[in-house]
Amino acid sequence: MSVESAVRPVADSVQAAPVDTRMASLRAVYIIWYRDILRYWRDRWRLVASLAQPLLFLVVFGSGLSSSLGGAFGRGTGISYIQFMYPGIIGMSILFSAIFGAMSIVWDREFGFLKEVLVAPIDRWAVAIGKALGGTTQAMIQGLILLVLAPFIGVKLSLLTVVELIPLAAVLAFGLASFGVAIASMMKSLQGFQVVMNFLMMPMFFLSGALFPLTNLPAWMTVLTRADPASYGIDPIRRVVLANSGLPHVDSLGLTINGQVLPILLEAGIMLGFGVVLLAVAVVMFQRRD
Amino acid sequence: MAGAVIEAQGLVKKYGDLVAVAGIDLEVQPGEIFGFLGPNGAGKSTTISMLCTLLTPTAGVARVAGIDVVRDPAAVRQRIGLVFQDPSLDDQLTARENLEFHAFVYSVPAPDRRRRIDEMLEMMQLTDRASSQVRTFSGGMKRRLEIARGMLHQPQILFLDEPTLGLDPQTRKSIWTHLNELRGKKGVTIFMTTHYMDEAEYCNRIAIIDQGKIAALGTPDELKAMVGGDVVTITSAEPDDAAREIQQLLGVTASRDDGTLRMEVKDGKAFVPRLVRELTAPVDTVSMRRPSLDDVFLKLTGRAIRDEEVSARDRNRAMASRWMGRRR
Repeated sequence: MSVESAVRPVADSVQAAPVDTRMASLRAVYIIWYRDILRYWRDRWRLVASLAQPLLFLVVFGSGLSSSLGGAFGRGTGISYIQFMYPGIIGMSILFSAIFGAMSIVWDREFGFLKEVLVAPIDRWAVAIGKALGGTTQAMIQGLILLVLAPFIGVKLSLLTVVELIPLAAVLAFGLASFGVAIASMMKSLQGFQVVMNFLMMPMFFLSGALFPLTNLPAWMTVLTRADPASYGIDPIRRVVLANSGLPHVDSLGLTINGQVLPILLEAGIMLGFGVVLLAVAVVMFQRRD
Repeated sequence: MAGAVIEAQGLVKKYGDLVAVAGIDLEVQPGEIFGFLGPNGAGKSTTISMLCTLLTPTAGVARVAGIDVVRDPAAVRQRIGLVFQDPSLDDQLTARENLEFHAFVYSVPAPDRRRRIDEMLEMMQLTDRASSQVRTFSGGMKRRLEIARGMLHQPQILFLDEPTLGLDPQTRKSIWTHLNELRGKKGVTIFMTTHYMDEAEYCNRIAIIDQGKIAALGTPDELKAMVGGDVVTITSAEPDDAAREIQQLLGVTASRDDGTLRMEVKDGKAFVPRLVRELTAPVDTVSMRRPSLDDVFLKLTGRAIRDEEVSARDRNRAMASRWMGRRR
């Protein structure tokens, strides 16, 4: 064939060494996570802007509602409404940023980068897990950063609070980030993702006990609030923050099932379980070939 | 033939009743630049996607780097580099970060990562922009970065789907210079699709694809030899009369496109003076040239490949990405 004359001899054609796919996938989890953190860190404005909404809630919504409740809130626990609401707003911040963090998957799909990830010789589960962990980390930072506001709310912080809070913030962030990744894996367009998310996220937020105690509610609402996974993530955060601040009666405002206050570990376990199940859904969704 | 790096036999892809690829056979030799040429919708992208394991063939067999694309897609992907038609960079990351990401997911050994990234940046002349975010890059720089990325894990074959789409002619030329350099230095086999006829000239061999089938396959010169001699075109206010006269007086059949008549003749230099002497119909312009691959395509399919087919879609795409880019 006449080609041979035109083609130069192959100089140093390198034979790719066989690659351990499992190790490659673990490395991929790391680099996918790392990329998300890098982008988050680079986008300082997002970091600043994301503090605006919780502040608005605390200052405007919190102060307004406190004044109209007068001293009626707290049923003799000595907890003011703003103190009650503050850990809820930390939870809200985690909830919103965990779920919106997953939007980067839809962005990546829209702008082509997801293709670079999906054609790589790695297992697809690595993509789902890397993304879920990236969302978890960002959401945790978004939530814990609000601890700087504690002195203004009349909440005392201790090292113990922070140490106990980190794993609790992590399970809440993980549960909701996995939820976001699972939804994002099914969505082809940004608009679709935003519509579905607003449809799911706002009820999740309102029913989670971030803004009001989940006791003495109408029966239908009691059922809905207990079905909201975020309830099991926000309640332990509140109990840890307020109890360590010297407000020991916080448990009486806590999440109950059949009148029993749930142990914090059980709540965290439920949240973690939710995250694992949703992450499994996300993995299955990613493994379907487009 | 033994030693082919890409082999396909009877490759078919159907979507329901729609046949995108209707049975393709080809072999690509190591170190070759192989061009896949045809209009949009001819099945180029579908074929390249099957070879790259992104699509599963409906029928047929394909082996890339000696590995069956259906049986072990991950092994194939480890051995090929991909440059997609649409951009696939993270433009919030720097050039180096994009390459590092790729090095990780393609298991480039840790001690080699930095060296290989530096080397590819150097080859693609991006060293001085390595730490700039990709969103500040021009279209040509992004393409070069994508080529650098595709080569980072030292693939045996580099697949490029319309690598020069939407770039200006100068940038297209520089991309080609870089691809040639890569082939020379790295010995990589290059398989690319294009609808730009002039680009196909850079290839060692070309397959002209139309309606899901290979219409012709050979070196650019072999293909051009399929068109007899020279191509003469005239424009005339009375093209019908002119065509009739050319047929009657000169014994040549001209094909007509509006006011333009086009004919293939053995010896153009001798034909043009005769044409001017004999014709009584008004002639506005006469031109003569060596056959191009456009002429080959026209001869094989009876149609011209037109750039306009894609331009509208490109414009939309460019506009969309500008608009979205601002919101990011």
